[in-house]
Amino acid sequence: MANIIDARGRSCPEPVIMTKKEIDKNPNSSFKVLVDTYVAAENITRFVTGKGYNVNVDKNNEEFEINIKK
Amino acid sequence: MGGKRKMFIYGGIIGLIGAILMKLGNPGNMGICIACFWRDIAGALGLHRAEVVQYIRPEIIGIIFGAFAISYLTGDFKVKGGSSPLIRFVLGFFLMIGALVFLGCPLRMVLRLANGDLNALVGLAGYVSGIFIGVQFLKKGYTLGKSIDQGKVAGFIFPIFAIVLLIFLVIKPAFILFSTEGPGSMAAPVIISLVLGAIVGIALQRSRICTAGGFRDIILIKDSHFLWGLIGLFVCALVGNLILNFDSFNLGFEGQPVAHTENLWNFLGMTLVGLCSVLLGGCPIRQTVLASQGDTDAGITVIGLIIGAAFAHNFGLASSGAGTTANGRIAVIIGIVFVLAVAYGVILSTTKSKSQTKGVANNG
Repeated sequence: MANIIDARGRSCPEPVIMTKKEIDKNPNSSFKVLVDTYVAAENITRFVTGKGYNVNVDKNNEEFEINIKK
Repeated sequence: MGGKRKMFIYGGIIGLIGAILMKLGNPGNMGICIACFWRDIAGALGLHRAEVVQYIRPEIIGIIFGAFAISYLTGDFKVKGGSSPLIRFVLGFFLMIGALVFLGCPLRMVLRLANGDLNALVGLAGYVSGIFIGVQFLKKGYTLGKSIDQGKVAGFIFPIFAIVLLIFLVIKPAFILFSTEGPGSMAAPVIISLVLGAIVGIALQRSRICTAGGFRDIILIKDSHFLWGLIGLFVCALVGNLILNFDSFNLGFEGQPVAHTENLWNFLGMTLVGLCSVLLGGCPIRQTVLASQGDTDAGITVIGLIIGAAFAHNFGLASSGAGTTANGRIAVIIGIVFVLAVAYGVILSTTKSKSQTKGVANNG
């Protein structure tokens, strides 16, 4: 199962840092990041897209599930 | 439209409005300044008695209304809080001390630079240094912890505060103080300030522009997205000033309005501001916008800014055109040491709790 990073409730820029740490640790893995604000979802999407990953964001109620794949 | 171009345009709108508000009567190089304007509001409410800086700035009310309304319409309005409120208060407090020793928030720093004030360049160097130090803490695992959902009513307190301020501004009750001379007496017409403030609030909310974020992301993740907002802000304010405020454009260090030339303290004041902004997750404008869209932690931070401004004037910490004060210089040093200690303490407790969690997991 893909790794899940729970960045809900974290203030800017912690969700991006948590994502960056996962990428630095396992550059080829697929993983999910959970966030609860648009801004965090936008920032992470921009960051990983810039790093050459594929991103797919699912919105469930008030939360976002960001699926990141190489 | 590309993200960077969009950011440039949003920043540009804010920069241009800064130039327009200065043309229409706001103090020199202070078309918009979040620190100065909250300080003026603190003075108008009688929280400090510096008679030259007391006014309920309609731009702030406009920014709150604009950010609140657009976030409500777009679904960005979310009521959250509970992430280290007291630490945020203290960081907001010291951020304001640093800003008032320099004489401006990071936004005014850019606007000052866009009208030729090179002291702001020294401030910028200090600001980036403070951000750089803050980023090192972020890399080491600094966090203020998770925020959680709060009752929706909490999100309305800040917009209601703005309505109360607007009522005070319009009916001018005797207990609200208005400067009759000095920067506090210089103001663009109320309606125009309110409307332009609302446009600034909308632009800030939609773009998520943060002066600290611009530099922080370059240092932390080599991303220039937010920096383009700041470039747009600077360029459009510069062009706006050259067209609208050409007589006041003055390239140099000396004779700049509401500014002083003490390089060391311009630098260190803004170092404190940069450090606090990164540790808070956003500069004063970003905090004001977040507070307007339901972030009660940002609301506490803004209260820290207001109380910081009150102390800065009651204790003679704030600088003036004549220069810094001895008290102000001491306060900046205390602020930097204290904030570094708090950030270090946060990291210590975070790593400790992490290793404890691991221990429990291993034992289990």
